[in-house]
Amino acid sequence: MAGALTRFFKGAKPQFGIVGPLVNSNAVAVRNQQSQAQAPPAKTRGSPLADCDRVFTNLYGRHDWRLKAAMCRGDWYMTKQILLKGSDWIVNELKTSGLRGRGGAGFPTGMKWSFMNKPSDGRPKYLVINADEGEPGTCKDREIMRHDPHKLVEGALIAGRAIGAQAAYIYIRGEFYNEASNLQVAIAEAYQAGLIGKNACCSGYDFDVFVHRGAGAYICGEETALIESIEGKQGKPRLKPPFPADVGLFGCPTTVNNVETIATSPTICRRGGKWFSSFGRPRNHGTKLFNISGHVNTPCTVEEEMSIPLKELIERHAGGVIGGWENLLAVIPGGSSTPLIPKDVCETVLMDFDALVAAQSSFGTAAIIVMDKSTDIVKAIARLIMFYKHESCGQCTPCREGVSWMNKIIYRFVDGNASPKEIDMLWEISKQIEGHTICALGDGAAWPVQGLIRHFRPELERRMAEYACTYGPSKAERLY
Amino acid sequence: MLSSLRTGVQGLLRASSRSLQTSSALQHDSLFVHRDTPEDNPKVPFEFSEANQKRVQALLDIYPEGHKRGAMIPLLDLAQRQAGGWLPISAMHKVAEILKLPRMRVYEVATFYTMFIRRPIGKYHVQVCTTTPCWLRGSDAILKALTEGTQCAVGGNSPCGKFSISEVECLGACVNAPMIQVNDDYYEDLTVEDTKEIIEKLKRDEKPKAGPRSGRFASEPLGGLTSLSEEPTGPGYGLQDALKGA
Repeated sequence: MAGALTRFFKGAKPQFGIVGPLVNSNAVAVRNQQSQAQAPPAKTRGSPLADCDRVFTNLYGRHDWRLKAAMCRGDWYMTKQILLKGSDWIVNELKTSGLRGRGGAGFPTGMKWSFMNKPSDGRPKYLVINADEGEPGTCKDREIMRHDPHKLVEGALIAGRAIGAQAAYIYIRGEFYNEASNLQVAIAEAYQAGLIGKNACCSGYDFDVFVHRGAGAYICGEETALIESIEGKQGKPRLKPPFPADVGLFGCPTTVNNVETIATSPTICRRGGKWFSSFGRPRNHGTKLFNISGHVNTPCTVEEEMSIPLKELIERHAGGVIGGWENLLAVIPGGSSTPLIPKDVCETVLMDFDALVAAQSSFGTAAIIVMDKSTDIVKAIARLIMFYKHESCGQCTPCREGVSWMNKIIYRFVDGNASPKEIDMLWEISKQIEGHTICALGDGAAWPVQGLIRHFRPELERRMAEYACTYGPSKAERLY
Repeated sequence: MLSSLRTGVQGLLRASSRSLQTSSALQHDSLFVHRDTPEDNPKVPFEFSEANQKRVQALLDIYPEGHKRGAMIPLLDLAQRQAGGWLPISAMHKVAEILKLPRMRVYEVATFYTMFIRRPIGKYHVQVCTTTPCWLRGSDAILKALTEGTQCAVGGNSPCGKFSISEVECLGACVNAPMIQVNDDYYEDLTVEDTKEIIEKLKRDEKPKAGPRSGRFASEPLGGLTSLSEEPTGPGYGLQDALKGA
């Protein structure tokens, strides 16, 4: 789920208690370290990648995904040597690379892994890989699991070594049945070849990888809900702290990472953190899978350098907006939970964490949903709110009740059957939900509404005026 | 705002007897409670088949001792597959027995997750994604073609008993929108004609071709690659110095 950890970057929130400022100051320290290590000419924008610099070389399934072919493409090469370099070396490579979590929140992966390097208290440690991909617009992990599963299995081993885990659980969404079976076959191949299991890759390190299929709940993409779900309970997020790094899966220290994060890490270790950090602007390093869906001529998934301009990405890979760039209305840049950005922002915005925050949106999972001028923008957002209403786990009142209210109000907005005063009321409700729930699903439901009101208020008012013209004052107008 | 709310409530009071909604209505498409029916009641026996009992053991093995409860979702899924695509209450009881848990613990999981269907269902469960990315690409027309082609309302079974249609949230194939899922397979890049063809084939119990229908293989751009057109690099390409000679 996107934005699971986004709150870390928005300043300390009271619910984090003492840990909040701690986490933040750590983040600053790492950033400084990175900027010192950087050569002075830092990039100001990304440009198209060369094929040899792409991590996911079988993204489109044009080659075989099985072990033998994967090894020909360079997977499982020198994995033993990487494992023997030890935990600190791997974590340092990841820190140098500047890789930020690819699941939506963008938490620095190296730092997340270093949280696990506490002296052992006898409890086992677990790695959990989040393959519960369900954010509308996002379909990148699916391509990795069905076409490059060995990257994920190898990544699990390396990440497991870095955090000292004894096993990895890959939580894959239940609907991905064929993807799960590809992954299961890849794991069986790796076991047979001695790459994982007892004495993995002859490194003296024991490591198991298990697949756990979910059963259709978007909320299980939130890390603590995912842990609950693996434990065989309802997927309801836990209060934090304690964070999963202290008390996670089965009560043991756990790290939860996205599929793309894990699958990128072997290549980073092989080619070096410096190589990875040579892409993208400072603090937004690396390459990233982008999903371009909606009103474009050729929707596709593509790996590109971070910080590439949105316009270039759409025109180069997705064949441009249907009816030409001038026909563009708005873009949702990072999966359904990120606020939309209108055309004039799309002209110049770069696709990375910082640039999109500056544009009052968020990078999320880099799932770009393009909407052209034929779109009923209010209905598009209303459909997203219906999604969140359906997927709310019902644990926190602001989210359970508030999202239902928003859903009711915004569907009246679609017809214009509402009072202009309700626009502010809707904004107020969204602000009451945001930040007042255990997990970030409430935030994710509030942001699309806020984006709509921020950029399309005249459109909302126009519809209401039109409705009033045709049918007389709306019921809401008469009541409030 | 309070005063306006009060006037609103008063206005509503006149209109209906139920003025205040204190909790949200059903979040899912089906009832949470169980109602005994001839085909679904605790007296209907359920036992895992022999092949599935081996699978049950294999599933239990991947969870550590003392946390076997983790196998709940996989076991319920297995039971649902064996029972023909839906989950009878006696299967839930069986799972509770295997996991040595109170039945309530199983009920709460089976009602939480949308993939557990607690009513008899057709042989082909057609799930239509209608979330925004698919909706933008015309999922409404696909849904209409499906309901007309199968004579089946959304959330119900067709008169022939072969089809069930559900409107579902994002299935995670957004660049291949619009798409439907029939049992375990994805059918992507659909047009109304493709949808009709799929229904016709399923009516004759043939297996339609799964995957994208637009002529592409997976998620690459249609009409020519814009990346990954070169052969992939081999092992050790760009190896960093620290690993050389290691």
